[in-house]
Amino acid sequence: MPAPARFELKPGMATREAFGHELVALGRENPNVVAVDADLSKSTYTHLFAKEFPERFFSCGIAEANMVGVAAGLASAGKIPFAASFASFVVNKAFEQMRVLVAYPGVNVKIVGTHCGISIGEDGPSQMAEEDIGLACSLAGFVVLSPADEVSMKALVRCAAAHAGPVYIRAGRPKAPLVYQPGAAFEIGKSVELIAGDDLTIIATGLLVAEAIRASEQLARDGVSVRVIDMHTIKPLDTEAVRKAAAETGAIVVAEEHLVDGGLGVRVAQAAAASHPCPMEFVGIADTYAESATPEELMDKYGLVARDVVSAARRTLARKR
Amino acid sequence: MQRTQDLQELQAVSRRIRRHIIQMIGAAKSGHPGGSLSAVEILVALYYGVMRHDPANPVWPGRDRFILSKGHGAPVLYAVMAECGYVPVDQLATLRKLGSPFQGHPDRRFLPALEASTGSLGQGLSLALGMGAAARLDGAAWRTYVVLGDGECQEGQIWEAAMFGAFHRLDNVCAIVDYNKIQLDGFVKDVMELEPFRDKWAGFGWHVVEADGHDIPALQRAFGEAASVSGKPSVVIAHTVKGKGVSFMENNPKYHGAAPTPQEAEIALKELE
Repeated sequence: MPAPARFELKPGMATREAFGHELVALGRENPNVVAVDADLSKSTYTHLFAKEFPERFFSCGIAEANMVGVAAGLASAGKIPFAASFASFVVNKAFEQMRVLVAYPGVNVKIVGTHCGISIGEDGPSQMAEEDIGLACSLAGFVVLSPADEVSMKALVRCAAAHAGPVYIRAGRPKAPLVYQPGAAFEIGKSVELIAGDDLTIIATGLLVAEAIRASEQLARDGVSVRVIDMHTIKPLDTEAVRKAAAETGAIVVAEEHLVDGGLGVRVAQAAAASHPCPMEFVGIADTYAESATPEELMDKYGLVARDVVSAARRTLARKR
Repeated sequence: MQRTQDLQELQAVSRRIRRHIIQMIGAAKSGHPGGSLSAVEILVALYYGVMRHDPANPVWPGRDRFILSKGHGAPVLYAVMAECGYVPVDQLATLRKLGSPFQGHPDRRFLPALEASTGSLGQGLSLALGMGAAARLDGAAWRTYVVLGDGECQEGQIWEAAMFGAFHRLDNVCAIVDYNKIQLDGFVKDVMELEPFRDKWAGFGWHVVEADGHDIPALQRAFGEAASVSGKPSVVIAHTVKGKGVSFMENNPKYHGAAPTPQEAEIALKELE
């Protein structure tokens, strides 16, 4: 029996906004939590922290490389710095600082990249991070998080602060549908099975988690029992959940708002190949850059909506004996 | 730990450190002698008279922090740390060898007494300013010293950091530029001129002190002046000679990154007796 559709995807706040609120909550509890930002605090929502803790907020101006370096210095002296900017700027411009000043010495810096993927919309490709997961995962020792909604973002920001070591957190610009009930528990590296199923597994991250849920409901109407997994931690990957999905459902679709090259799909495929190879398909951004339009138009045009997950699922099932 | 303040003894220490540098790089058959030799008195002045630190307790919270942003000058840092008692002097010969605490560029994983892993130029000033910001938040009195190369100041991040330091009034941070006027490809003025260098730092809001980078009392005075300035960070532009102390290395761009041959090392050590 297909799992009944038990998800009512209510509107929620953007994950970047949830990050900003949780950072303030952390700041109230721990005086060592500090923030640095590069002239985007109103967009990354670190302005909330700056307002409440002006002495613990360091404006860096439009200078991401220095921002990450300052964060590394603060961490070296015992602080827990959150360095926030658009993902496309902090990860691309300060990648070398993330590598040499944070990853290599294993310093306790939390990098938050907002406006990930193409759902930022009208501003266009120069502002869009479609390769940040791949880049962040290539930094040895980094934890890479990609929450789907405000509840998971808040919980994972808290996990990041408690984790001793480098963390990259991916946050989005548009409002994200609520996937979780308030109070849901999260653990770094432990994925969440949102819907049980036996015929096929959809492993999704970020905004694509909601699309995966919608896709599973469409497939259920055709009698396909779909397992849906929220892979909120890209690294370290929950390889046991991948192995079980491959062994128990025999077909996997990975869905993410990121280049297919270097994204979650590659990591899931690697894990499945090492444990239980099975037919797989990948929903993500093809080898291209997007353009200006509304977020909805872009997600539709570049193949990142439930319809695309459903067709990938059908292709995968056709390959499954 | 009591360290000598006698000028003649400090000069003797400096000579010993130069010998270590030649021996270490000679044994490793690779490394950067020129920029290690130019920074000897800067580090001796800091480690013997200026900085508060305890080799027996490298994680003492109240210690002053030192960052060698020009990480290729690692041999001078290792030699000074050995002379101060952080590590045995007889280990220095393992430079750049498998498992050595003395990696090609400073690496905290192998030598935890280091404050920073460096080697990619342009980054240490940001790190120092972050440390300074943390010290100020904690109301702590420790200061942060960071040695930059002159060629390193061609990196854009240095000037991002310079703006940050002045804007946030981080007067507990002191940068030192080892201004030896030579970089890998040749003379700084021929690769990418830095002058008017003093004006650049002053224009970015820093207190600037210029000093002969081989004159220990002059350096001590410069660091004293820097520590007395409030409301802005300081930079000591230390005028130095690349390869200082070894006649054929002095002012010779070749020895930015070339190890001495055994014969050259022998001549150099004779000159440094």
